[in-house]
Amino acid sequence: MHAESLPAGKAAALKAFEGMAAEPGVPKPDPILVVDNVVRRFGGLTAVNVNHVEIQRGSITALIGPNGAGKTTFFNQLTGFDTADEGQWTFNGQAMNGVSAYKVARKGMVRTFQLTKALSKLTVIENMRLGAQAQKGENFFRGLIPGLWRGQEDEITLQAEDLLQRFKLDAKRDDFAGSLSGGQRKLLEMARALMGNPELVMLDEPMAGVNPALTQSLLGHVKNLRELGMTVLFVEHDMDMVRDISDWVIVMAQGEVIAEGPPDSVMSDERVVDAYLGAHHDAPLSAEEEERQLHEAEAELDKESTE
Amino acid sequence: MRRAVIAFTAFMGGLIFVFLAGASTAWAAEGEEVKGTLRIQGQPVAGVKITVATDADAPVGEATTGADGAWKVAVDKAGSYKVTLDQATLPAGKALRDPNRGTLTVQVFEGNARNVLFGLVDANAPPQGQQGDGGGSSYWTRVAQLVFEGLNLGLIIALGAVGLSLIFGTTGLTNFAHGELLTIGAFLAFFFNTVVGLHLLIAAPIALVIAAALGWGQDRFFWGQLRRRKTGLISMMIISIGLALFLRALLLFLFGGGGESYDQYVAQAGIQIGPISATPKSLIAMGIEIVVLIAVGLALTYTRLGKATRAVADNPALASSSGINVDRVIRLVWASGTCIAALAGILLGTTQNLNFQMGQQVLLLMFAGVTLGGLGTAFGALVGSLVVGMFVQVSTLWIPPEMKTIGALVVLIIVLMVRPQGILGRRERIG
Amino acid sequence: MDWTLIFSRAVEAGIGSEAIIYALAAIGLNVQFGYTGLLNFGQAGFLAIGAYAIAVTVSTFGLPFFLGVGIGLLLAVLMALLLGIPTLRLRADYLAIVTIAAAEIVRLVVRSVALSDTFGGTDGLQAFSGSFYDMNPYPPGEYGIPPIIGFDNRSMWVLTVGWVLVALASFVLFMAMKSPWGRVLKAIREDEDAVRSLGKNVFSYKMQALVIGGVIGSMGGFIFALSRSAVQPDLFSTDLTFYAYTVLILGGAARILGPIVGSMLFWLLLIFIGTGMEEAVNSGAITFITVNQVGAIRLMLVGLGLMLLLIYRPQGIFGDKREISIDAR
Ligand SMILES: Nc1ncnc2c1ncn2[C@@H]1O[C@H](COP(=O)(O)OP(=O)(O)OP(=O)(O)O)[C@@H](O)[C@H]1O
Ligand SMILES: [Mg+2]
Repeated sequence: MHAESLPAGKAAALKAFEGMAAEPGVPKPDPILVVDNVVRRFGGLTAVNVNHVEIQRGSITALIGPNGAGKTTFFNQLTGFDTADEGQWTFNGQAMNGVSAYKVARKGMVRTFQLTKALSKLTVIENMRLGAQAQKGENFFRGLIPGLWRGQEDEITLQAEDLLQRFKLDAKRDDFAGSLSGGQRKLLEMARALMGNPELVMLDEPMAGVNPALTQSLLGHVKNLRELGMTVLFVEHDMDMVRDISDWVIVMAQGEVIAEGPPDSVMSDERVVDAYLGAHHDAPLSAEEEERQLHEAEAELDKESTE
Repeated sequence: MRRAVIAFTAFMGGLIFVFLAGASTAWAAEGEEVKGTLRIQGQPVAGVKITVATDADAPVGEATTGADGAWKVAVDKAGSYKVTLDQATLPAGKALRDPNRGTLTVQVFEGNARNVLFGLVDANAPPQGQQGDGGGSSYWTRVAQLVFEGLNLGLIIALGAVGLSLIFGTTGLTNFAHGELLTIGAFLAFFFNTVVGLHLLIAAPIALVIAAALGWGQDRFFWGQLRRRKTGLISMMIISIGLALFLRALLLFLFGGGGESYDQYVAQAGIQIGPISATPKSLIAMGIEIVVLIAVGLALTYTRLGKATRAVADNPALASSSGINVDRVIRLVWASGTCIAALAGILLGTTQNLNFQMGQQVLLLMFAGVTLGGLGTAFGALVGSLVVGMFVQVSTLWIPPEMKTIGALVVLIIVLMVRPQGILGRRERIG
Repeated sequence: MDWTLIFSRAVEAGIGSEAIIYALAAIGLNVQFGYTGLLNFGQAGFLAIGAYAIAVTVSTFGLPFFLGVGIGLLLAVLMALLLGIPTLRLRADYLAIVTIAAAEIVRLVVRSVALSDTFGGTDGLQAFSGSFYDMNPYPPGEYGIPPIIGFDNRSMWVLTVGWVLVALASFVLFMAMKSPWGRVLKAIREDEDAVRSLGKNVFSYKMQALVIGGVIGSMGGFIFALSRSAVQPDLFSTDLTFYAYTVLILGGAARILGPIVGSMLFWLLLIFIGTGMEEAVNSGAITFITVNQVGAIRLMLVGLGLMLLLIYRPQGIFGDKREISIDAR
């Protein structure tokens, strides 16, 4: 692929995926997350129906699919925000079905939301501090005695300031999160998720609504996570971005995983093309088509007015 | 916004003005007194002598119950008093439920009026306390009677709850002032009935029209303006509590704390239909309730406005972008919701005394109905209300009648544990 | 018009037992609603539990006073758990409806004829505050600043204990809200899913808030019972809860001093207006209403005040507009 020397994490990930069959549900050499038969129905609609999928440790995996494919719902099942009707999945070999959302996060599987959930009436630094795990002062009784938690709070603050600097939010440290722009909120949410030192980061459309200039730096951050040994699973609609940062791509359509493969080849998979074209019936009309419709409408109007 | 509040205040002021003429004289007495209302099955009993004496048997005063069954005796200081009902003065066929409790000793607190209740029964009715073991037929008679009364109560709750639920569905507002809409309806009819002197059958429709206008105005000048200001739902909920306190106090100001009743349909002899005994007025009231509820159901299902209402409740943004005038729909929902609530109040007023708290007293049952059915679904509210009403009455088979409301509220809590979205509700989306 | 009387009554109400009771009720609500966003509409039930725990323990069962206090605190915790378990996972308005229902259940139970041997029915209970007043260190006499403030030694004892409780509760909350624990609560108020995604047990925190707020409310119930030396069920109606909300919003939600200042001001104003109007009617300055109607006007003003506050100054006296707790979303 690229001639220049690759960062260690990227190289390792690429090596792991080398020669892997581009088949839905293909086994990975070192999966961090293994999902089996997860089904979620809303009334008659089956929003998620995933037979088998594995996520390779230390990689950046993209989850793509047309609108309404069930990506967010799938995230909700995995992270305990919604209860799956059927199925089981393991994280680091531990069964995670039925585990409540906060425990999932504590185990090291942290997610962000498609619609950002910055806590807008807390300051940026307080948002960050909240993300830290196992805080002594988060117990009511210990919280009453500042001496017991001050030391840890200072450490947390240092870590938070470091992250804020990396995400270029250090200037906003003491502003209310509500005063941030949409893109900055996405950054804050990502940085906050990292405060818990997760092993698997699940990002639901981290780039949506972020301006192109910021996108580049966000991409850099995501790539950097892999270098730090984290695994990233993210949902994205922008194919250029997917191609740029992901090592592996999983494609969902109508709740099912229909294809998997390396970013360069998976887009040309005919199942993927079908899925996207199927979902793009209401794409912009071509110029001639528009002209024709206009004429028809005019003709109709004429007819009415002469009656 | 300021304009809106001024308008609203003026509106309320106008209301006060309209009512001042009708403000009755039956004020809640301040200072210590002993009082009560003698009733049998909700009907007042007049001409009964009641005497009050101190603990040491020194006479304090006596009173005779009026046409509304009310009596009161002022006492000059707090303390313990003996209240005696002269059983010889009871009308023929009426008797004390427990003849040994003709004299009650009560405690009067400083500055408080003390209510004293004497339990009365129809002397020729079978004595209480032996249902259940007195053979299958009397037990089932009682069940049938309670089911009937449960239906009666459930229908009234449903009338209030449908409006509550539609307003919640279309605007997200949990309206704590909805009980007062019932009370206002009842008192509007009372005003035209007893003060203006119209027959209740004429007074009631006038009251309904005014109530609908009030509902429309409430949204036009108050809630609608708050929505436009993007006032949050929880703020609006607390504002509705303020409004409820205000309206209740206004009614207290205008009509006093005592009970009132309409000029017509106060006392009616019961008729026997199979195992059930009922007054004709309650049968007619139930008929009206059923017709109105069916009409609301049909309107929601088949008319354009009804469909629009359901569309707005389902997804206001989508409804708006598909050409529905959301504000207009909401305003009509307010108008019709208030009108139906007023009807419930009037019908309730024909079977019990009117007082400024009558709506507040059924508000919780309406909430229970709405919640049981699933917040925001009108049909759910209907089903939930009937369940609540039925439960409240039928539960008296096993628990003392004074505890029947408790039963309904406990059931509400239990149902929420098992099926949080209510009977007909559905769950929300996350993320 | 007797202005001394009017001022004296108003000032005494502003520092008197009513102000304490409502301050404690509102401090409890502040933990629940102000900081955590939980709509507890059953605070009256918690006060009733506190008041009746002392009354029943001492008056009905003849057991020691402090046992009653302990039972009251324990029952408040139990009631919070009982209410929280079914509702804290549901939407905010469910908690509102369930708590309001639960408070009514408490009131209906204690006023029921069937249980009047225990709770005294609608009359309530008396004769339980003896051992409390036996501890009174103030010798008999009048205390205060004549002619405006004057309390007898019994009131002085209640006021001392009451304000100490208020101060204690406020101090504990002050420390708690500065800690990471308080940070989690404020975050939950805004978006509990976000907090959940950061590995915090949201349910447990909400439960803690409900319990702490309920326990503080039950202390308000203690003062309620002791200051009157009597309990009556109908004093614990839903309106008590609503007044406590008015107090909280007047002072400023999510502010430590909010409920205290709110309560003092609420009672000062209420009694000032009430007594003022009564005096005006009695002296013939106002002729178009009767003394009996003054009470209704006072209630109307409470309702109107609550509405206007939320419309024009939802942050109350002390609140920060950028950080108002109401409607975080
Ligand atoms: N709570 C819910 N109730 C009913 N249907 C739901 C619910 N949540 C999701 N759905 C449906 O499930 C399907 C999948 O939705 P989901 O949000 O997972 O799609 P997505 O792949 O994330 O789409 P997008 O790329 O637009 O974010 C959609 O048809 C959606 O309408
Ligand atoms: Mg999505």
